[in-house]
Amino acid sequence: MAELDTSSGGGKHKGKGVKKAKKLSTRIDLTPMVDLGFLLITFFIFTTTMSQPTAFKLNLPKDANDVKDQTPTKQSGALTILLSKDNHVFYYEGILDEAGKNFKSSSFKEIRGIIENKKKSVDDKDFFVIIKPNDFCTYQNVIDILDEMSINVVKRYALVDISDGENLLINATEKASN
Amino acid sequence: MSRPKLPRKSTSIDMTAMCDVAFLLLSFFILTTKFKPSESVTINTPSSVASKVAPDKDIVLISIDRNGKVFLSMDDDERKQIIANNLNSTQNLNINVASFVKAKFFGSSLSKLPEFLALPEDKLKADLLPGIPCKDSASNELFIWMKAINEAYAGKKINLLLKGDNISKYPSFKNVIAAFKRNDFLKFQMVTNPESVPIGTNLWRANQSNLPKTEID
Repeated sequence: MAELDTSSGGGKHKGKGVKKAKKLSTRIDLTPMVDLGFLLITFFIFTTTMSQPTAFKLNLPKDANDVKDQTPTKQSGALTILLSKDNHVFYYEGILDEAGKNFKSSSFKEIRGIIENKKKSVDDKDFFVIIKPNDFCTYQNVIDILDEMSINVVKRYALVDISDGENLLINATEKASN
Repeated sequence: MSRPKLPRKSTSIDMTAMCDVAFLLLSFFILTTKFKPSESVTINTPSSVASKVAPDKDIVLISIDRNGKVFLSMDDDERKQIIANNLNSTQNLNINVASFVKAKFFGSSLSKLPEFLALPEDKLKADLLPGIPCKDSASNELFIWMKAINEAYAGKKINLLLKGDNISKYPSFKNVIAAFKRNDFLKFQMVTNPESVPIGTNLWRANQSNLPKTEID
């Protein structure tokens, strides 16, 4: 790409004893400059983070101590999801069986299908998801499951404290799987 | 039989136009790049499908770092002044109001706050600080903070943001929420990284069916 200076003629045109001033080309080779320009562009493209952090809205319910203020949920439409350490997910439908028969183990990959199925099988206004994270699950797990609610357009869900019985079941299941 | 001579074309191209474009783009990227301010509390936020951009005005930001320590920061200097005076009078503290306003974030128990405010910049690292104690409901000092904030922001719009680290444990999140609830802060937003909606899900379908509608409108 480099331009050769061809403007100065060979020996042919040399006059008799008259030395013509050498005409220098005013054109500069811009290739290195373009190279440098694009190098910097790529640098800035890669270092720029266009993505701004987004905000995930959460409205908390007011604590209702009175039974009459509490929202009744139908047993058939309730799905309880329990979160535990190492990204473990457990769930049960309706009320927890005393022997823990309907207590099932799941994972973050499978839970979407479970929520979808439950949503299809019950009336929309009865559908209610109860999320119970235990003390060992991470913040990411909680956000992931809340995100799952918005992905599946679950209108009614609640974050509830876990009960001792459920904790025992989780411990037992985790021990059995190890 | 000789072929007609093709005029030999020069292989060099005029680079000026390309150079112009390159530098135009370069100046665009230089000007639009905003360098991230160095943060004393580093937090890796989880991702969510939420598409609303996090607000950056009138914010009260509660951060939970990876060890579950809680930090608080806000951007309104006037309110900070009110909060400092409020804390001084209600908690019998001796806070220097000017340095309270100047502080970028708060991360110590209320009783140690004067010492915290006197710390030099290089000591303000999340790992070295105790964080605001809110382990259980009895010693939940975030409750006192939120109460002071509630009084200072009375009637004014407040964007309550919660920024938690991926690997922080749930109890710290629960305790922060408990402090919110007790002060009737029932609406808040959690800072997350954007993520695309998985294809084929209900939300995806809803978004798809919404698009043509908005076009008609």
